[in-house]
Amino acid sequence: MKRFSFWHVVVFLAPAFLIYTVFSAYPLLDTLRQGFYTTSDTGHQSWIGIANYTKLLTDPQWSDGFWNAMKNNVKFFLIHMCIQNPIGLLLAALLSLKGVKGAKAYQTVLFLPTLLSVVIIGFIWQLILSPLWGVSESLMTHVGLGEHFAPWLGQEETALITLALISVWQFVGIPMMLIYASLIAIPEEIIEAAVVEGASPWRIFWTIRLPLILPTLGLVTILTFVGNFNAFDLIYSVKGAIAGPNFSTDILGTYFYRTFFGYQSQVGSPTMGAAVATTMFLIILAGVGVYTFLIQRKLQRHSF
Amino acid sequence: MQAKRFTRAALIAALMTAGLAQAGSLTIESWRVDDKALWEDVLIPAFNKKYPDIKVKFSPTAPTEYDSSLTARLTGGTAGDLITLRPFDKSLDLFKKGQIEALNGKKGIENFPASAKVAWQTDDGKTVFGLPMASVIHGILYNKKVFQELNLQPPKTTDEFFKVAEAIKKSGKYTPIALGTADQWEANQIVFTSFGAPYWKGEEGRKALIAGKEKFTDAPFVAAFDFESKLAPYLAKGYQAQTYGDTQTLFASGKAAMVPAGSWDISYYNTNAKFELGAFPPPVPKAGDKCYISDHTDIGMGVNSKSKNKDDAYKFVEWMGSQEFADLYTNKVTGFFSLSSHLIAVKDPVAKQMLDWRKSCSSTIRLNAQIMNRGEPNMENELWNVNSQVLNGKMTAKDAAARIQTGFEKWYKPGK
Amino acid sequence: MTKNIGKLSATAFTQLVLALFTLISMFPIVLIIINAFKSRDGIFDNPMALPTSETFSLVGFHKVLDKSPFLHFFENSLIVTVGSLVLILLFAAMAAWALSEYKFKGSRWLAVYLAFGIMVPIRLGTVSILQLAVQFNLVNTLTILVLVYVAQGLPLAIMILSEFMQQIPKELKEAARCDGVGEFKIFFQIILPLIRPAVATVAVFTMVPIWNDLWFPLILAPGEETQTVTLGVQQFIGQYVTDWNAVLASLSLAVAPVLLMYIFASRQLIRGITAGAVK
Repeated sequence: MKRFSFWHVVVFLAPAFLIYTVFSAYPLLDTLRQGFYTTSDTGHQSWIGIANYTKLLTDPQWSDGFWNAMKNNVKFFLIHMCIQNPIGLLLAALLSLKGVKGAKAYQTVLFLPTLLSVVIIGFIWQLILSPLWGVSESLMTHVGLGEHFAPWLGQEETALITLALISVWQFVGIPMMLIYASLIAIPEEIIEAAVVEGASPWRIFWTIRLPLILPTLGLVTILTFVGNFNAFDLIYSVKGAIAGPNFSTDILGTYFYRTFFGYQSQVGSPTMGAAVATTMFLIILAGVGVYTFLIQRKLQRHSF
Repeated sequence: MQAKRFTRAALIAALMTAGLAQAGSLTIESWRVDDKALWEDVLIPAFNKKYPDIKVKFSPTAPTEYDSSLTARLTGGTAGDLITLRPFDKSLDLFKKGQIEALNGKKGIENFPASAKVAWQTDDGKTVFGLPMASVIHGILYNKKVFQELNLQPPKTTDEFFKVAEAIKKSGKYTPIALGTADQWEANQIVFTSFGAPYWKGEEGRKALIAGKEKFTDAPFVAAFDFESKLAPYLAKGYQAQTYGDTQTLFASGKAAMVPAGSWDISYYNTNAKFELGAFPPPVPKAGDKCYISDHTDIGMGVNSKSKNKDDAYKFVEWMGSQEFADLYTNKVTGFFSLSSHLIAVKDPVAKQMLDWRKSCSSTIRLNAQIMNRGEPNMENELWNVNSQVLNGKMTAKDAAARIQTGFEKWYKPGK
Repeated sequence: MTKNIGKLSATAFTQLVLALFTLISMFPIVLIIINAFKSRDGIFDNPMALPTSETFSLVGFHKVLDKSPFLHFFENSLIVTVGSLVLILLFAAMAAWALSEYKFKGSRWLAVYLAFGIMVPIRLGTVSILQLAVQFNLVNTLTILVLVYVAQGLPLAIMILSEFMQQIPKELKEAARCDGVGEFKIFFQIILPLIRPAVATVAVFTMVPIWNDLWFPLILAPGEETQTVTLGVQQFIGQYVTDWNAVLASLSLAVAPVLLMYIFASRQLIRGITAGAVK
């Protein structure tokens, strides 16, 4: 029925396919391959089967660090889910209301931190939270909370949460924008019909708008998941690859970095690192799989 | 067909923009970003007086990214011709992988004593792969103005040290010790292995550990951790989030009285602090004990085996072994001491004072630098973590020692 | 009456929440910028104060501009970001169109193949990428950065654009086809304009990580000629970590272009998104 030729398909797909294959798929497959090898002192690689993986998951020397990173990563993700995305939703909902003064300006400013380099963000917040410079302490003293100030980035109990909140601060604009775009895409008539029936804005939001944007919320969730399990830069730039104190801020990204490239006197292992990378890949794959096959389908059935 | 065209296009683009090092020019890899100006303004011009045809470029990477990006560039074959080398195993690993050249018999190397070459040679001592550049000496720097004001003397024993710290704390005006644990490395490199040396008697203890005759759980090592655990009350508020940069700022501002540091910090404080600087070696456990200093072989230079311009690289290495280089490096890069056998007059008073400790105290290197970092768990990383926790009051001296010993025993068989 | 009050308080609540978050977003950035214009003592003694005639100082900026070719870094970043962005958008739109419009053998598998890139950070393949770069003789060029960023940005762009393409009414395309319009013309003249709002969204998402990336410039193009702003700032901070004037000035300089560019482009972006909604 459709009038397209093989040639059309090739021309449309070739550029994306080629660049992606050469500079993304091939290097990554090469990494997967290396996960089954081991490196000797002289840098020679030889086949070792799944030994790297059994080591990673069962040898306490590796698995302790790995599960610790995994646990921290889950925490990191949950903080984003519980704080970043609800705030994003709230802001998007407020911005999409009719007649909010300065909505565009708010939007512009709220999205701004997203654009800044993590190098800059990490440094700025380190300065602000620094006990020596005293910016946050004096701010808190102003509102009578002075004695609650603590060196959050340096304490085992609070460092990860603090870093997650910094990341939330930076990236809240992304869910906000995505949700906003889908909120304003809801046809006017649907809302107007509800308004005519006398429904309150609150009710309209919960019963009409929210169900309609569920697919977007799903997308936001999965993007957050993928983003968080790939996270590295912020923790690296604030806490270094050793992710202290006592590895309390170590996530899979930093764990991979240490294994792969080594750190200080620790010699890196490309093959062991590849095994860690592959494991990260499988975790992310599992998450995305759950999303596509369970959640996304359900959401779509409900929405339209 | 598409792929071919793509490759060709990529190649053409490369030809137009690529700028790799060619014959007649040398690129130096280094983590010493601080020394960039010095290399460009002093060292390279001095070299060019002798070899005007060789173009040298100093291309440093920030210390935290140095090792990983160097690994990547060496693997990819794009690293510079001359590679600044970390001491011991990190560089030995590069050599074993064939990434840097052996320097046996190359000119310049003969100007260094065996003790300097230890950090850049194979275990059997037969092959040298790095030219020793400089060592750093650890010690405590203090603010002379504050000491005078409070009528204090630089302490000699640990008891005196804590008395001094207590007196400063009581005065309420100054932070006794500028030190933080946010970056972690200071806890090991300038607290534990420096203050600890007098406890384990420097080389004696270090060699006994390697020989398996002593353990980390033995008294001297536990005592060193124990000393460390008592420092917390004298640190600045919120020291858990204090970075090394914060520490430098704090001490330079004159708001702290002492800072456990190393000779590399002298030039920073010379330019940034408005008071007179003093230095004393790590205090000894009992009055009359011999003092020990961590006199750490820190920087070496090797030649990239994939360099396209090895002849010139060797010429540069030879020049680095000269009296001229030793003199320039020691006196212009204040706080880094040339390791060569040439006699050099050190001009900076504090640097000279620290260098003179070599005569009055026994020198040792960082405790775990040789051999002990080889296995898994990596001892350097473990020591950073454990020492920071001891300073943070999260771990007792005993537990810290036990943890390090357990990790060490896991892979190390003495005498292997 | 009560309804009006309710409405008023709702508006007040909205404004309050938005203003609060705006304040939180802006505070760190403003703090950096005001302190960049102060002397060292001014920075330490009263970080929150605006620069006064006593504390005003440009010493940090002098240092940054003297010691590092900042404008050149900026130019590099701009070339890499814009170059990658244009290629990603074009190639992704083309691929998304092919995948959502033409059903052919293996199209599903191809879509899955292309989607894998969303899940795996391309960083995991760094060593192989570097080896490729060496083979093609592209180390220390901006070209290799563009190629890697295009490869990295394509999957997400294809996914988002495909979703939008599927929403384009069938009738539009069929009508064009009945009129005998060629496939390429349909794509460039009918489809591309229709997905403009999606393109704007994708543009922002792909641009940000490229502009901010530290990793690949560090590994693939660390040469002074090809340094990007992010790498330049990182190196600068590493070098002058305790020279707060210089660090704050370099941070401000790194932020300022993004800020200006964004304020300029954000109207376009928001208009794009709204235009899509009103359709």
